[in-house]
Amino acid sequence: MSTDLHDLSVAQLAAKLAAREVSSVELTQHFLARIENNAGLGAFLATDSEVSLAQARAADARLAAGERTPLLGVPLAHKDIFVTRDFPTTAGSKMLENYRSPFDATVVTRLGVAAGAGMVTLGKLNCDEFAMGSGNDNSAYRPVQNPWDTTRVPGGSSGGSAAAVAARLVPAATGTDTGGSIRQPAALTGITGIKPTYGRCSRYGMVAFASSLDQAGPMARSALDCALLLSSMAGPDPDRDSTSLDLPALDYATDLIATGAANTGTAPLKGLRIGLPAQFFGAGCSADVLKTVRGALAEFEKLGATLVDVSLPLTELSIPVYYVIAPAEASSNLSRFDGVRYGHRAAHYTDLTDMYKKSRSEGFGDEVTRRIMIGTYVLSHGYYDAYYLKAQKIRRLIAEDFQKAFTQCDIIAGPVSPTVAWKIGEKSDDPVANYLADIYTLSSSLAGLPGMSVPAGFGEGGMPVGLQLIGNYFKEAQLLGAAHQFQLATDWHLRQPTGI
Amino acid sequence: MSQTPPPVNSFAQMQAGRPTGPLVQGYEVIIGFETHTQLTTKSKIFSRASTAFGAEPNTQASAVDFALPGALPVMNKGAVQRAIEFGLAVNAHIAESSVFARKNYFYPDLPKGYQISQFEIPVVQGGSVEFFLPSTGSGQALEKKTVRLVRAHLEEDAGKSLHEDFIGMSGIDLNRAGTPLLEIVTEPDMRSSLEAVAYAKELHKIVTWIGICDGNMQEGSFRCDANVSVRKPGAELGTRREIKNLNSFKFMQQAIDYEVRWQIEQLEDGHAIQQATVLFDPDTGETRSMRTKEDAADYRYFPDPDLPPLVVSREWVEQVRSEMTELPRLMAQRFVSDYSLPEYDAGQLTQSKAVAAYFEAVAATSQQPKLASNWVMGELSRRLNAEDKGIELSGISARQLGQLISRIADGTVSNNAARQVFDALWTGEGQDVDVLIEAKGLKQMSDTGELEKIIADVLAANAKNVEEVRAGNAKAFNALVGQAMKATKGKANPTQVNELLKKKLG
Repeated sequence: MSTDLHDLSVAQLAAKLAAREVSSVELTQHFLARIENNAGLGAFLATDSEVSLAQARAADARLAAGERTPLLGVPLAHKDIFVTRDFPTTAGSKMLENYRSPFDATVVTRLGVAAGAGMVTLGKLNCDEFAMGSGNDNSAYRPVQNPWDTTRVPGGSSGGSAAAVAARLVPAATGTDTGGSIRQPAALTGITGIKPTYGRCSRYGMVAFASSLDQAGPMARSALDCALLLSSMAGPDPDRDSTSLDLPALDYATDLIATGAANTGTAPLKGLRIGLPAQFFGAGCSADVLKTVRGALAEFEKLGATLVDVSLPLTELSIPVYYVIAPAEASSNLSRFDGVRYGHRAAHYTDLTDMYKKSRSEGFGDEVTRRIMIGTYVLSHGYYDAYYLKAQKIRRLIAEDFQKAFTQCDIIAGPVSPTVAWKIGEKSDDPVANYLADIYTLSSSLAGLPGMSVPAGFGEGGMPVGLQLIGNYFKEAQLLGAAHQFQLATDWHLRQPTGI
Repeated sequence: MSQTPPPVNSFAQMQAGRPTGPLVQGYEVIIGFETHTQLTTKSKIFSRASTAFGAEPNTQASAVDFALPGALPVMNKGAVQRAIEFGLAVNAHIAESSVFARKNYFYPDLPKGYQISQFEIPVVQGGSVEFFLPSTGSGQALEKKTVRLVRAHLEEDAGKSLHEDFIGMSGIDLNRAGTPLLEIVTEPDMRSSLEAVAYAKELHKIVTWIGICDGNMQEGSFRCDANVSVRKPGAELGTRREIKNLNSFKFMQQAIDYEVRWQIEQLEDGHAIQQATVLFDPDTGETRSMRTKEDAADYRYFPDPDLPPLVVSREWVEQVRSEMTELPRLMAQRFVSDYSLPEYDAGQLTQSKAVAAYFEAVAATSQQPKLASNWVMGELSRRLNAEDKGIELSGISARQLGQLISRIADGTVSNNAARQVFDALWTGEGQDVDVLIEAKGLKQMSDTGELEKIIADVLAANAKNVEEVRAGNAKAFNALVGQAMKATKGKANPTQVNELLKKKLG
């Protein structure tokens, strides 16, 4: 095995930094070079070596002063949905080309060098425009390639984050998940990602897509690395985000390391009941994905877990419900992009209405425009009750279904995506096909539950397959613990795409 | 959720039994109010930027107020507390859980493209405002009115578009964006412009009294919209037109009167009234239509997912109640029970905190609450009005007035003489009540012997009048009283003069 720096995990890099075997500046230079050499993947929308190296020097100074914290000096990159003072923030949209935020997102601050865990930002990661998409082909700048097969999509909307982690251009990245945007690209690129319980991480400084669904989370190569990042990202933010949970962040990683060591060689997941919803294993899922997921579940059984059948009868309805609620909120959230105060303004217009129309038509891409129109429609006078209100009612029923299922099991498992990554351009003209592919991730998003994607093996074309684990509210630690045990016993998460 | 806010004209059947106000050309006038009161919080409703008036454009706006990407609203508890205070002041229900919604529309001074407001479930529900109609001068009994409130809800103000300073462009000032407002909505319970203005004044009194609003109408801290319709008595409610932004009590009455005349003219000419929003132009004294129902926007209200329901615990309400200043309504009740004042007096004396405090000080010094009330509402209020002064600038202190009233009560001076002392105190001729009475020789004649002598002289000098009195002419008797008072230079007690005259002529 190679011992290149970029092959090391966050935990390993942190250990090297703590031992002063490598400096944060050296790490930063190493990763910046890799990013530059692999620019063809399209994972990054912005880098700035001066900014990154200044942060690295600050991290080294903290290390030199004797500070030893779990993430100090380790580089990462942020999905371009998080606003940053030091880098432009575009949300993957022409609307915000060259936009520079005067403040950092809470997640960025908490992970950062100035006032947080001490991670160094390598740049901003490509994503679907305003986080709307599942192939990263809705980025206004360029599509992102899947490092396992550069003719394929990396998933979306956090496709840049997923591709960068899978290609080892960064040890870890942040992502956001509204209807699967962390879990699905993690699955399609063979990395690990977790969407925490809604409200676990502050939304302050995340360019809003659908406020009642948006949630930040870490994307890395292992559950342990995700746990390390989540411990710093999570926690209440009452002065900035009224929907952030009033629950302290936990030290997820320390728990994992402790339980991992204690359980080696035994049946570490004994007593864990994993529920398999019939609706996640039906005809809609391709055979290669099903086979791989079942293989991973067999491994969980070997580790002591028991598999039980559960039912989530409203799973199919999660698609129409999501595609009413998310566009409704988006249509309102995106109203602020009007060309008045910042962002794109048309060069020529005749009056105020014309200025709005031209600025917004030019600034937004097709998928964003489509969702604004859907959202505007479902909130309109005369349609509200039939669409938005009904969707909210079904959303509550979907959440109740999960609670019923959780009386029979501790964790729910299934595929993340019905297929492996598809070819770039394959679904570009078929938005409905894209929407249907979200079926396994939408219901837990609507319920606000934590969910993660764990590399489970490979399917058609040698492309990665992800296993989805869904926990009950606030049970991130349980999800990470189960995934960690699985990763101690398997090496799917250590497999690397060749040629990068 | 329906897409129209609960309409003001929503209780037609409830209106059927309500007393009809003065008819105008055979039409009944129906008025409801929506008042935007700017709350006195130091910072904005959802951000920490200052709410101070008059700063340089865009210097008091934060990331939230500019609606920068990623900025989120966080509720200012001070605004909620003020809403609770208002709810308690008008005997309303304070909702344990209320909901913020987004009202979506595009306008350059609305940075998010939506206003955060309460729509379906407001924090303050119901309640009422009570007041006396001002006297019409014809000696009728004063009428007490009750205007029922539908609701009062919290919302944010928009910024300002500045059209004057830029050629071919508009400037946007977001200092006002996010300023907390409490919008107070009435039932259509008012029946004349007079009632409407009296309601607005009473509401103004309440919100300034409890300190939730500075009441500055020029700066827009207290903005009234009047929904006006007319109908033939007993008919269905007419179509209403909303007069926006009435920012003085004077314009309010003018605007409503004009609007009523205009609507009646339209109906008399056979035209139907179109629902519309109109503006009052103080220069022409006319209202003109801004927009009609046809071009009304579809606001696409929906609950704001950035803000959880606003929860107000019973404990919070009780805490606010225990810390609140005595409400005008309760103070008036106390004046009636403690001072045995008529309800009207109590209402008038509680028009402002300063007047109430002044009255209480006068009553305490004089131990004569009714006399104190008469003087405060009478002579003092006349003088203040004549000089266009607030009670803070009164030329006579509450202690001085209290002493003066004591001297009336103990018979030292007559009412007339007291007025002279009042003048002297007001103009600064003197400071001490007793010294002034002495110096001006205004002490009432208490020596019966001296008075009897004067009366005997008067009778002797007015023999003709005496004869007429004996013939049964009451006027002649009054003339004799007048002569006697004149002879004593007003120092005699008129009651005593009366009695003595009757005895002598009897």
